[in-house]
Amino acid sequence: MKPAAFEYHAPRTVDEALALLDAHGDEAKVLAGGQSLVPMMNMRLARPGVVVDINRLPALDYLTLDGGALRIGALCRQRAVERSALTAEHCPLLRDAVRLIGHLQIRNRGTVVGSIAHADPAAEMTAALTILGGEVTATGPGGERTIDADELFVSYLTTSLDPRELITEARFPVLPAGAGWSWTEIARRHGDFALVGVGVVLSVRAGVVADARIALTGVGPTPVRATHAERALAGAAPGDALWEQAAEAVRAEVEPDDDIHASAAYRRHVAGVLTGRALAEAHGRAREAA
Amino acid sequence: MAVRKIALRINGKTYTGRAEPRKLLSDFIREDCGLTGTHVGCEHGVCGACTILLDGEAVRSCLLFAVQAEGADLATVEGLADGDRLHPIQQAYQDHHALQCGFCTPGFLMTTLALLRDTPHLTETDIREALAGNLCRCTGYQHIVAAVAAAAAALASGAHPDAYPPFARRVGDSVDPARKERKRNAANDRRTTGAASTRRPRRT
Repeated sequence: MKPAAFEYHAPRTVDEALALLDAHGDEAKVLAGGQSLVPMMNMRLARPGVVVDINRLPALDYLTLDGGALRIGALCRQRAVERSALTAEHCPLLRDAVRLIGHLQIRNRGTVVGSIAHADPAAEMTAALTILGGEVTATGPGGERTIDADELFVSYLTTSLDPRELITEARFPVLPAGAGWSWTEIARRHGDFALVGVGVVLSVRAGVVADARIALTGVGPTPVRATHAERALAGAAPGDALWEQAAEAVRAEVEPDDDIHASAAYRRHVAGVLTGRALAEAHGRAREAA
Repeated sequence: MAVRKIALRINGKTYTGRAEPRKLLSDFIREDCGLTGTHVGCEHGVCGACTILLDGEAVRSCLLFAVQAEGADLATVEGLADGDRLHPIQQAYQDHHALQCGFCTPGFLMTTLALLRDTPHLTETDIREALAGNLCRCTGYQHIVAAVAAAAAALASGAHPDAYPPFARRVGDSVDPARKERKRNAANDRRTTGAASTRRPRRT
């Protein structure tokens, strides 16, 4: 349970970090919170030749509200996002999702951007970025580029990032005015990765669902938007019958895998149950806001 | 692989050592600093036995490399008691039989310290939520929860003004980079003047 030897760099500027990534390419791994990378290194599932530690880059440690989105720097800890008044006021969905990441010792160290870059489809942050229509800024040898959540997540632990690129910021659009939200998940033990997680954002106008967004963790190689269920909801009258219809649509469209933790059939069933619960909760909050 | 010099502060005292970058902070604390109160259980961030405070935040020391803690302020279980006088949290654990074999206890104590410092008034649910990242195979947790509740009451009574020594205080939320930078500069200044080598007084 000790990591293999590696070359360690702790750059003091973003440019220096980028130069190191450029020089070492896919030999290098970026170390931010280290709550996924270091366990993998301890178990020697990961053996990077070079570690570029970005923890000495305070310029990347920020959380601001700007242009209708929360901007979260690469070094902003999950715990800071969880505690932030900005998150609570403008993006309570993100706060509720962050609270379910691991345990507080993990969140004190882990970063939101690191979780996104790690791209575990069971992780809350990947689906949170997806459901909110968020994006990241990736900085590399060719300068900066913006990558939408949909384009970023390619497969299990795989993104469309170039190894020489660093995600310097993630942007989570704030919830629309009057929208209800819910984040709900089921895990074997508190703090474990969820077997299935469901996020919902729901807007109701003139007695019908004006906009519904549903995203799930743990049911595929990337975070999944339940587009069929979303279409079934749009324009319909809210209520238990509609939630059940959406739950059925989710069960029909997700394609989870079996693994040691749960069967595909169980995950599919739970995805529907959680979708129904999340829609009801989001609807309740939308009514409170109205 | 290149060995690096590492200087950090644990419980207010400066320690220096040399280690490869791959050396885990938990091992550095135990092997290089000689502070074996911090226990090592799973070494992949599940059991919580190695929980310490890093610049005031409860973290798993097995998920950090020692080189990352260069210049940092750590608090470990050895910083709790004042000589033979147990810290109020330790006293509560003893009073409520919150330990049997004791292997997990240092991690629980450090988690409890940060919890009660940040949240003086909490419900049983809050306590269980906060302790969820620490595993205990003996007690069944009931006595630990009771001990934390008792410690919370003892600390809230104001009878223990020295319960949170400077090395156990939070540097601040990480959304304030300026504050962290000041703290980092201060750490560098202390190292160059050598003033950090004397142990800070417990009481403030």
